[in-house]
Amino acid sequence: MAKDSQAEAFVRFNRVQKSYDGETLVVKDLNLEIPKGEFLTMLGPSGSGKTTCLMMLAGFETATHGDIMLNGVSINNIPPHKRGIGMVFQNYALFPHMTVAENLSFPLEVRKLEKSVREEKVARALDMVEMGGFKGRRPAQLSGGQQQRIALARALVFEPELVLMDEPLGALDKQLREKMQFEITALAHRLGITVVYVTHDQTEALTMSDRVAVFNDGRIQQLATPDQLYEEPENSFVAQFIGENNTLNGVVKELKSDIATVKLDSGDIIDCKPVNVSEVGERTQVSIRPERVELNKSKLPKKAHTLTAEVLEFIYMGDTFRTRLKVAGNEDFIVKTRNSSNQVRLKPGEKVEIGWSPECCRALDA
Amino acid sequence: MVNSSPNSTLLSADGTPLKKSLSRSLRQQKIRALLLISPLLIFILVAFIMPIVSMLSRSVENDLVSQTLPATVSAIQSWDALSGELPDELVYKAFAQDIQNAAKVKVHTKVALRLNYEKSGIASLFKKTARKAKKWDMETDGPFKEKLIKVHKGWGEVEVWQIIKTHSPRYTSGYFLNAIDMRKTAEGADFQPEDKTILIKLFQRTLVMSLIITFSCILLGYPVAWLLANLPMRQANLLMILVLLPFWTSLLVRTSAWKVMLQQQGVINDILVQLSLVSDDARLIMINNEIGTIVAMTHILLPFMILPMYSVMQTIPPSYLRAAKSLGATNWTAFWRVYFPQSIPGIGAGSILVFILAIGYYITPEIVGGTKGVFISNRIAYHILKSLNWGLAAALGTILLVAVLILYWTYDKIVGIDNVKLGG
Repeated sequence: MAKDSQAEAFVRFNRVQKSYDGETLVVKDLNLEIPKGEFLTMLGPSGSGKTTCLMMLAGFETATHGDIMLNGVSINNIPPHKRGIGMVFQNYALFPHMTVAENLSFPLEVRKLEKSVREEKVARALDMVEMGGFKGRRPAQLSGGQQQRIALARALVFEPELVLMDEPLGALDKQLREKMQFEITALAHRLGITVVYVTHDQTEALTMSDRVAVFNDGRIQQLATPDQLYEEPENSFVAQFIGENNTLNGVVKELKSDIATVKLDSGDIIDCKPVNVSEVGERTQVSIRPERVELNKSKLPKKAHTLTAEVLEFIYMGDTFRTRLKVAGNEDFIVKTRNSSNQVRLKPGEKVEIGWSPECCRALDA
Repeated sequence: MVNSSPNSTLLSADGTPLKKSLSRSLRQQKIRALLLISPLLIFILVAFIMPIVSMLSRSVENDLVSQTLPATVSAIQSWDALSGELPDELVYKAFAQDIQNAAKVKVHTKVALRLNYEKSGIASLFKKTARKAKKWDMETDGPFKEKLIKVHKGWGEVEVWQIIKTHSPRYTSGYFLNAIDMRKTAEGADFQPEDKTILIKLFQRTLVMSLIITFSCILLGYPVAWLLANLPMRQANLLMILVLLPFWTSLLVRTSAWKVMLQQQGVINDILVQLSLVSDDARLIMINNEIGTIVAMTHILLPFMILPMYSVMQTIPPSYLRAAKSLGATNWTAFWRVYFPQSIPGIGAGSILVFILAIGYYITPEIVGGTKGVFISNRIAYHILKSLNWGLAAALGTILLVAVLILYWTYDKIVGIDNVKLGG
């Protein structure tokens, strides 16, 4: 099984480390396998090592230790221009002194393709991103979204099997960004290319990717599909980083296979699903999503522990209500409820009983 | 305020036309801005524009003859200079009157000096005549034709009168003709005799050597500018100080240092001899000729090339080179097709700066140039300080100025001056 997956992996990071100054590791022991045709996103805060990983894959940085394999071959000593990897840069890096057509033709010229072939491929790539009419323009005459499409077309025009994207949508406004997110994923799936995408925007990561690698502190914290990542975070960093999250601190009192009883610092007792705890007496950070908190006691399973909460703030957001509560000493406990006809609207100062089903509440590392 | 067409004129809140109230509100700002720059404006006007204009006007001005010899100038107009005959008595009489007046107020020496540029010997002719003419009685002592020729046989030469006639108009092209190794004669413009042609050669040398200096600066400066733009901050700062160091040292010291380096008993020759690359009796001559000027001036003007190149290269993000490489270009192709074209505005700016500075450079060629390595500016200085032929100096300066403007114009046509960037 392990051998099979190695053979399948199109891109493989094998125990890769990277240090710039010889004192600190920016990337610590990275192991990652990407099968052909996958859209993988590297997500993480700035300085987490995700861009360094991308640059090592592209060949602009060398790994201090370990191997990077492409198609089963180590590419550590192959210079970037021989790797045949397409790349879309953060600010597009379209050559300002060349027209759109010349920009697209550049990778074909350095591959010494014939003129007629070049023209045909350029035209096809431009049609692919619906920019057929912009051949003669200079990059400066294009809008941000148009430049983005040209950069994409240029990275694809020489038909690479692997395309790297370094925060390509960072400079666009929200609406355009959402449109481009959709277009890029659709294009990637249609062409069957493998994409490694770097971003710090979690929504982008969740909506676009087949799998997401969450980076922090030079390590992959969790590598999973978007829904797993959101619903089953494996540690408190991922839980905090992806989506909104309420945390409560406490000590494990009782530990069974699928349920852990935690005594919070305030003295309250709650039930959770044990994820990252292994023994009684261990400190833990309990994580629960705002939309999984139940205000209606009748919907809770029997014997479920409940907590008394004080309403601090009620925010009307149209389709949802956000209620800020004080729960077990935590004044930033958020509850999100849908705006339905029978939903209660709480007022500040009110006292309520809240609860949740134990499988929605995850006991993670402290 | 009555409005003839109220529909077409926008009014501000109090009823005055919007344009009027806008210009009123802006006028205050404009006056304040003008006041702020006025000290500099006045300084530039007095210390820069006015001297240049007066210098330029000297290159065509020629009122010395017409002012000193007014009667002669008007009388000589009817004389046909090409007839081969001497002017008639009227002209001689007018001249005697003029030279007597001039001698009384002692201005005849100036015009004598001026005409001496055209034919040496005229100065002494004038001085001698003036001494005698002071004692003449204009009413009784005629006829003056014989009298003047008796004083000096020079007055019997047609050429002398031709020169006076040729230089009698208030404005003359004579200086410019001189500046391009020609002279103004009664028959029109003519080339100077072979042994007196020097200026055209000097102009050519100035242009060719300035071009060589500019290209050497590009070759030497480009890698330095590239390093400056691409090294980490700390090393780049150190390198920048090294580049700027020459600015903080006196020009004279730097130029003299090159003298020490390049002379036949100098450092470079000593090393070459010690390495047995050059035999002791065949030491290289690198100073007081073209090589000395080119080496020293390239060194002195190098920062003017590096700084504009650097400021342009700084704005080229490294991601362009990376993009080119990721698209399959080798290091050289990436540089040549992507980086170099974007750095051209910097090369252009640096070249214009260096070339214009080089073409008018004076001190360095003067010190290390000897006779083979001097520029046109050294000739201008010679005419201003030694021969006192300011008109010729002004004409030479004007030609230099026009040459620079023409080059600037062609550069603008070919590359576009908007593409020149000195920063940002």
